[in-house]
Amino acid sequence: MTWADTLLLLPELIAATGASILLIVPVLGGRARGHMAKWAMLALMAVTALAVIGSTYAVAGVQQTPTFRAMFAVDAFSVFFKLLFVVVIALVTLLSEDFLSEERYSTWEYYSLLAFALCGMMFMASGVSLITIYIGLELLALSSYILAGYYKNHEESTEAAMKYFILGTVSSAILLYGISLIYGVCGSMRLSTIAAALSTMLSNDALMFGIMLLAAGLCFKIAAVPFHVWTPDVYVGAPTPISAFLSTGSKAAAFAVFARVFYVAFPAFHLDWSNVLAAIAALSMIVGNLAAITQTNVKRMLAYSSISHAGYSLLGIIAMNEMGLRGILIYTMVYVFANLGIWATILMLRRHAYAGESVEDFRGLHKRAPFAAFSMVVFLLSLGGIPPTAGFIGKYFLFAAAVQAGFGWLAIVAVVMSAVSMFYYLRLVVAMYLEEGSGAETIYSPSLRFVTALSLTVTLVVGFIPELPIRQVIESSSHLVGRVVQR
Amino acid sequence: MPGIPTNYFLILSAILFTIGVCGVLTRRNGITIFMSIELMVNAVNLTFVAYARQFHSLHGLIFVFFVMAIAAAEAAVGLAIFIALYHHRDTIDVDEANLMHW
Amino acid sequence: MLDKLWLIPLIPFAGFLLNGLFGKKIGNGLVTAVALAASGLTAMVSTLAVFQYLGAYPDHGRHLDRVYNWFTAGGIGTDVAFQLDPLSIVMLMVVTWVGFLIHLYSVGYMGEEDGYGRYFAYLNLFLSAMLILVLGSSYLFIFVGWEGVGLCSYLLIGFYYDRDYAAAAGKKAFIVNRIGDFGFLIAMFLMFNYAGTVDFAGVQSMAARGQLTPTVITAICLLLFLGACGKSAQIPLYIWLPDAMAGPTPVSALIHAATMVTAGVYMLVRSNLLYRMSPSAMMVVALIGGLTALFSATIAVAQNDIKKVLAYSTVSQLGFMFIGVGVGAFTSGIFHLVTHAFFKACLFLGAGSVIHAMGGEQDMRKMGGLRKKIPTTFWTFTVATIAISGFPPFAGFFSKDEILASAFATPYFPAVGKLVWLMGTVAAFFTAFYMFRLWYLTFTGDFRGTHEQEHHLHESPWTMTFPLQVLAVLSIIGGFIGLPQMLHTPVTNLLEHWMQPVIPEIEGIGKLIEIPVGTEATVALVSTLLAALAWYLARQRYRGRGLAADLATEQSHPGLVHTLENKYYVDEGYDATVVTPLRQLSIFSWKVIDGIIDGTLGLVGYTVAAIGDLLRFFQTGNVRNYALMLFGAVVILMWVFA
Repeated sequence: MTWADTLLLLPELIAATGASILLIVPVLGGRARGHMAKWAMLALMAVTALAVIGSTYAVAGVQQTPTFRAMFAVDAFSVFFKLLFVVVIALVTLLSEDFLSEERYSTWEYYSLLAFALCGMMFMASGVSLITIYIGLELLALSSYILAGYYKNHEESTEAAMKYFILGTVSSAILLYGISLIYGVCGSMRLSTIAAALSTMLSNDALMFGIMLLAAGLCFKIAAVPFHVWTPDVYVGAPTPISAFLSTGSKAAAFAVFARVFYVAFPAFHLDWSNVLAAIAALSMIVGNLAAITQTNVKRMLAYSSISHAGYSLLGIIAMNEMGLRGILIYTMVYVFANLGIWATILMLRRHAYAGESVEDFRGLHKRAPFAAFSMVVFLLSLGGIPPTAGFIGKYFLFAAAVQAGFGWLAIVAVVMSAVSMFYYLRLVVAMYLEEGSGAETIYSPSLRFVTALSLTVTLVVGFIPELPIRQVIESSSHLVGRVVQR
Repeated sequence: MPGIPTNYFLILSAILFTIGVCGVLTRRNGITIFMSIELMVNAVNLTFVAYARQFHSLHGLIFVFFVMAIAAAEAAVGLAIFIALYHHRDTIDVDEANLMHW
Repeated sequence: MLDKLWLIPLIPFAGFLLNGLFGKKIGNGLVTAVALAASGLTAMVSTLAVFQYLGAYPDHGRHLDRVYNWFTAGGIGTDVAFQLDPLSIVMLMVVTWVGFLIHLYSVGYMGEEDGYGRYFAYLNLFLSAMLILVLGSSYLFIFVGWEGVGLCSYLLIGFYYDRDYAAAAGKKAFIVNRIGDFGFLIAMFLMFNYAGTVDFAGVQSMAARGQLTPTVITAICLLLFLGACGKSAQIPLYIWLPDAMAGPTPVSALIHAATMVTAGVYMLVRSNLLYRMSPSAMMVVALIGGLTALFSATIAVAQNDIKKVLAYSTVSQLGFMFIGVGVGAFTSGIFHLVTHAFFKACLFLGAGSVIHAMGGEQDMRKMGGLRKKIPTTFWTFTVATIAISGFPPFAGFFSKDEILASAFATPYFPAVGKLVWLMGTVAAFFTAFYMFRLWYLTFTGDFRGTHEQEHHLHESPWTMTFPLQVLAVLSIIGGFIGLPQMLHTPVTNLLEHWMQPVIPEIEGIGKLIEIPVGTEATVALVSTLLAALAWYLARQRYRGRGLAADLATEQSHPGLVHTLENKYYVDEGYDATVVTPLRQLSIFSWKVIDGIIDGTLGLVGYTVAAIGDLLRFFQTGNVRNYALMLFGAVVILMWVFA
């Protein structure tokens, strides 16, 4: 191990060290200065982002993607996701401000856990060995369990944490079993070695079980049907900023893993697993959208909506072509920002712990908060895939990839279901613009305003001038696709 | 290779895993459910060890150490959550916790 | 100006931003100024651009103004580019100028409403999206406008948010349109997959060079038509349009009569090359168009709400346009689109003026004898009524006649063409009937409303009557852009020559229609006579008597006593043998068939919601049930997979 190697780990090291410092500050007498925690956290995010960018310069010009003992790679794909994660965590930090100050929970530990989650997510994005990936995933999951139960005085929050914990650990065990079988068949846990071993191998039961168990574990993390059952309860019970985090950052990380594992390790058996995943994707889109229609709790509705979005994103993995991978990257980004914007509006409407959650709270919002209402419409249109918002571009890539890969029927399901999704997204638009009502009072803090504005900017910029982000995405994903073409 | 064939270990671990699954499905006490989950994880560990023995490779063994460490962390988090649940309900029967549904 | 075509949609967009963001602060006067300036300026800029185009392109080729690269990375994108060609220009002129007139009209009509600024903001946004739709140079780019007009339509239909049904109608419009958009999107994916482009010219040249198989072309055509069915309210996706009348009347005139609903026709004409290569797809278009024209014309006969009559009439007229497109007479489809924009906008605005005068009353049973009270509205409405009924030499006669003659003479599917012609001719008869019914009920006889309403009756302000007068004049002379060959006037078929570059003759690809003079004359004569008959029947039945005859029909015993008492025994005979069955047919179509289609779609909605509800019951909230589902899913996966 050389210092240059260690440099590759710099962002993760910074995040972990930062998280540890945040954890011990209250012990050292910082509890009184709770309001400082937000700034410390934002500073940490800024440094981490710089380190991520710096790590790309450190490895620039190197022919082969540098890896840390073939366990951990710093490549354009991981950098794309790491930057996305840092931004998400920074925005979640801003979203959490009001909730923490109102509920008088300790802030330092909360941010520390978020930083640990970030560290886990970054390991997931960079992991090129199933060991690294599993450890990153667990670090993220353990932090999330605690964060979901952070409202410990509220029974709902504790219950959500309990459900998330039991189902989450069960799914990790399933995933782990899958890893063990793949290890047994291929003799390695490195993705590239697995791919090489599989390219000369015939299909066998142990391998198939392995791939399926691994897929099941990952489907749990992205909340795809039928592994989605935890999602609505956890989103409703968890503190709202944490629901925002779970539906964006945590999900994006799971997609990074999903994409890398399946694109790098399993292209040889694409024919075998693609149909199973196609069924899962179709189910996710159908169940997610149909169940969302009758919801009156906005958090629950968003949970089902996020299930359906997992289905759309899966199209990119099923398609297993260049466009599909690009689609996942674009869509993940687009979805993350539209969702964060919506969560910011929900937080704005909250009066006490669980308000701002019913559709009625949105009534007549355009009179009380015109900017928030307008942004909300843009976010909802983006989720529904209406041009010229960013969501259209993302869906366009994913659906086109599916058609290109011969999954025309899946693209049709996807298009029909995104039409259905407008049904419940419009409910909020109707409530905001076409209904009178006092609704909930609004507390529009500068932090929330900033999150909304940033998400709005991204959603519109990607919609109007997508060329630049798409080029970035192509650059970030081409080296993975290269392997697909090579096989 | 002398001694017990790898398959035997795999079958044993599959049986252990299934017992764990049954435990999760039939038990109501949160702690017992968690113990069943630990059984599942340890069944997987057995698989890793068996394969590592077959391949004469360290990877599997090292992974088992990681898994054990993570399981310990899971235990800590899980027990904390169950204590919080006990505070609210005076029970850790998971069937009792269904405030949120539909 | 030709290199600044992007200004044309941008100007109304700026108006939208100004009025949307500051509308409440700057007051109604400035809102009016901004909205009128935006729509007027864009109309003038467009006209200027058209003149420059005429100078720069004597051969009327395609002018392309590339603004920037929207996204091409990955090979599935397109440019943000605007194009001018004869077809775009026709649409551009109709949209901007009729749009401006309706903006002007709205000043008077909406003057006393709440949300004045919001209204004009939406209206400007609509104009902007519509202009992207008609100027965009690729399917992908016009899809932006396509969705944009849908969104504005939704917002404007639901404009009166104190009315529950308005919000529901808006939502219905949006969802039904999304069903159509599904076709559009899939068609685009097919184009990308098989042609590698979505640029209009690119797709056409790929098709012309035989790079696309007939199956793919037919699939693309049918999917595009599904999109058109949603936007242009054809069977079975028409059901949103009658409900859309919940919006303010100028909106009905602009969006749901003159411009947005014709987008489907525009798109099909834009894709005429593809359609000509797939006669089976054309036949579907023609048949659906014919059915829609006939079916909704019969329904219009039984409506008592003045706007509902016009709404079903619009559906029916759109059906005529699709007949034209379907039988291969693309120019005549556009011709009818133009004349329809004039007379239907005039009718809607006239109806708006009537409603305005009546203080918001839309029920024709409470009107009557309005000709003296609102004279300008009366004469403009009369002109438009004659135009839509198809009496020469008014605009509707020429365009409708050309469509019917083309259907009769179509070389693509002669037998089906005759059938479509028959449907269209009967529909034309009904059109004249329901229009004159409306006219007699509204303007003749005695006033049937309350005393208060009668006192309130007044002619509308000039901002409302001026657009009416302009549109009325256009309804008279609008037809002269497409005078048929047989008249031997110095300028014949102006529009057809104009459109030639858009509908090129290509060796081996479906040829254009040539209508024999004899056919044209016969068809014209038949439809004129039928229109005259319809007018006569309507006159006998409704003049001065209001709805007495209709009420009698609805009672179980058709008024026999009434018949005997009446001196015009012969006319009553007509009534009993012709008109009354027709009316019953109309009520049947409306109550039963319309109900079935609407009900089916409603049922689909309910089923979807019910499934959604059902799915929720899996969420028991019990973590052990969840775990069971998890393991069950894993077992199923392994079982399926291995």
